[in-house]
Amino acid sequence: METIIRDEQPSPSDEAAQETSKSQFASAGISTKCVHSGEPRQKSDGSISAPIVTASTFTFEDSDALLRFVNGEDARPEYGRYGTPNEQSVEAKLASLEGAEDAILYSSGMSAIVGLLMAKLNAGDEIVFFDQCYHRSREFCAKHLSRFGVVTRQVTTGDFDAMKAAINSRTRMLVSESPTNPHLTAVDLEAFVALGKEYEVETLIDATLATPYNLRPVEFGVDYVLHTATKYLGGHNDLLAGCIAGRREQLEDVRKLRGILGSVNSSHNLYLLERGLKTFGLRMQRHNQNGMAVAKFLETHPRVEKVYYPGLASHPSHSIAATQMSGFGGLITFEVRDADWRATSRIVDASKVARIAPSLGGVESLIEQPYLMSYYHCTPEERRTFGIPDNMIRLALGIEDTDDLIADLDQALATD
Amino acid sequence: MGNPSGKDDESLAFQTRAIHVGGEIDPSTGAVVPPIHLASTFAQPGAGKWGEFDYSRSGNPTRTNLQKTLASLEGGVDALAFSSGMAAIHAVTMLLSAGDHVIAGSDLYGGAYRLLHKICDRSGIEVTLVDMTDLSAVRDAVNENTRLIWIESIGNPQLTIPDLGAIADYAKSRGILTGVDNTFGTPVLVRPLESGIDIVMHSATKYLGGHSDCLGGTLSVADAKLHEKLYFVQNATGAVLDPLSCFLVSRGLKTLKLRVLEQSKTAMRLATWLQGYPMVKRVIYPGLPDHPQHDRAVCWDGAHFGAMVTFELDATKEQTAKACESTDLFRLAVSLGAVESLIEQPATMSHASYDEVDRARFGITDGLIRLSVGLESFDDLQRDLQNAIDRATTG
Repeated sequence: METIIRDEQPSPSDEAAQETSKSQFASAGISTKCVHSGEPRQKSDGSISAPIVTASTFTFEDSDALLRFVNGEDARPEYGRYGTPNEQSVEAKLASLEGAEDAILYSSGMSAIVGLLMAKLNAGDEIVFFDQCYHRSREFCAKHLSRFGVVTRQVTTGDFDAMKAAINSRTRMLVSESPTNPHLTAVDLEAFVALGKEYEVETLIDATLATPYNLRPVEFGVDYVLHTATKYLGGHNDLLAGCIAGRREQLEDVRKLRGILGSVNSSHNLYLLERGLKTFGLRMQRHNQNGMAVAKFLETHPRVEKVYYPGLASHPSHSIAATQMSGFGGLITFEVRDADWRATSRIVDASKVARIAPSLGGVESLIEQPYLMSYYHCTPEERRTFGIPDNMIRLALGIEDTDDLIADLDQALATD
Repeated sequence: MGNPSGKDDESLAFQTRAIHVGGEIDPSTGAVVPPIHLASTFAQPGAGKWGEFDYSRSGNPTRTNLQKTLASLEGGVDALAFSSGMAAIHAVTMLLSAGDHVIAGSDLYGGAYRLLHKICDRSGIEVTLVDMTDLSAVRDAVNENTRLIWIESIGNPQLTIPDLGAIADYAKSRGILTGVDNTFGTPVLVRPLESGIDIVMHSATKYLGGHSDCLGGTLSVADAKLHEKLYFVQNATGAVLDPLSCFLVSRGLKTLKLRVLEQSKTAMRLATWLQGYPMVKRVIYPGLPDHPQHDRAVCWDGAHFGAMVTFELDATKEQTAKACESTDLFRLAVSLGAVESLIEQPATMSHASYDEVDRARFGITDGLIRLSVGLESFDDLQRDLQNAIDRATTG
């Protein structure tokens, strides 16, 4: 049981050592950042990889040491919920990859967005969403934020006039994914940020599908960048985590609230995330390569009616994606020609390499039919509104050999 | 129905098998990544009736998964995971008996040298070291007691490359067992079982795990009977790999090919750069045309040559040590094969367990530096190395 209750917790990322480590790799290549940035250069006992610090609490040598800490003269770990050594190094690595001042980790992507919105919004405030978004984010805002008096307005993705029209004096945040899930619409971040600045409203981009390898929204002036680290950042389908990156000053209250609400990661989990980040750049190269090749294959396949992939010239937001992204990731959504939900599900079932499961961004390819996986309990009317036809398949490509993935899809699409 | 993706389908490419073979979906939950089984013991169906797993030393589901993946990548029938690379080599030597004779390469890992000369010799096993790139020297060293020829697919630290097929053919004709330490080669580039070698060993601590965060050793074999014998040794002596480490190595295997190819590319660029740099006397790298067995290395995949680079500074032992201590990105440490680049001086570190006479005999000079090239960007590594060499050799 923790006995010290204070208003001020030290921000672990403020440590001098952190600064050294970050600035040291500020100009380094992305692969070097993946391997080295954010970590203390010399770890305890000379360990080359980070020790997993499982301690829930951290001891003070004596009362004077505690006094120095309480007076803010010594930034150091205190109690696990306020930050741990493993958390500090992964947060610094993520901030470095993102080109952001700071990053805060959460126990899942959902707890990250909830953590940010709970810190930033009060009763009577409003937020404006682009409508193509993860259905649980929408559900949280519609069903739960509303209970605390926060109003959520949704406008058509990419329609900046509609977004402008929805902004009023109570609007506190503009929210979008880029690219969106599952339609892969890239949002014009310059226009998005310009709108926020014009009305002095903060901006949040969920860049989970893009990853900092392909897109760094902070460089466009976006205030907050959200990632489900469960996906490409962890990359191995074996952990849950979430992250918010942005400017340190703006994240101070967010970090404080997380310390109170406690949606933090265990050091075991953080170690796996850090280990995953070491190969992040390498994995993304392959995800991008697989994404492009499979999207092109699907686009010419006679059984495929439509392909959503921002790397394809046929995607409505291709020119935006091509301008702001350096690659397009491993997620592809497509629609099967002349197929009802059942015929579509048979193609999903015939896939041998990709496994039927929600989620994305791991080394293993996953496949799902949004109609069954996430929208089954919606009315047909709602599915139409969300743009989820029965014949839609979402493919989250892993890092397997491109040829194996194409051969597997080819045989699956031959299913009656 | 169901997803047969866990099956060892030989039609699938290496990278796909690395992800899916041995990663069967957990039938009880559908978990896409197999659970980590920490259980030391397993409940049995009845007295005297045995399930697939009984006691974790004898078998563990997490270990079995790793072994399946590895056997598939090496082209073997089965594999065994040990608590370290040395434990794996030791298990091979436990197939021998007093009076047996072993031939090993003269360009040999210091730990293997120590095992053969300072442990096995006490059991009455004789050892001869020969240049494995010289087939006639291997033949000449064989006597009627020779039972094992132990080879490194890429020697350490001279990066010599023996003709595995020729040695395997000759050994078979004499009824001699062959074992290859494929740690430097990795199954991405070298698959000795395909050349007729009997046992492939890895220090899984290196490229297989790949993240400097677990120890492990593996043996893969193409023959089920030989597997049985080695399994008997493992079960009887108990140096098994723990489930958490098995999980970490399995996780590492999923990115093995990507890592090895990328690290090889960077190593090639560094070797080429070093070759033209003043104060560098010579560079040993299989990808360079002047490497004595370059032609053999070209047969791997034609484009990648591993991520170990050895070079000799025109410098004293102290200056060389200073160069190794002056890098920033390259960390001064033994071991190799991970995402972090490492640097070391073989004479004082990895090969310090050699007798001084043997060090001189086998070319472990004071100016020698061994690099394990990691995943960092080439520009960053090159700058780091240049600064360190300059700092050590000027002033």
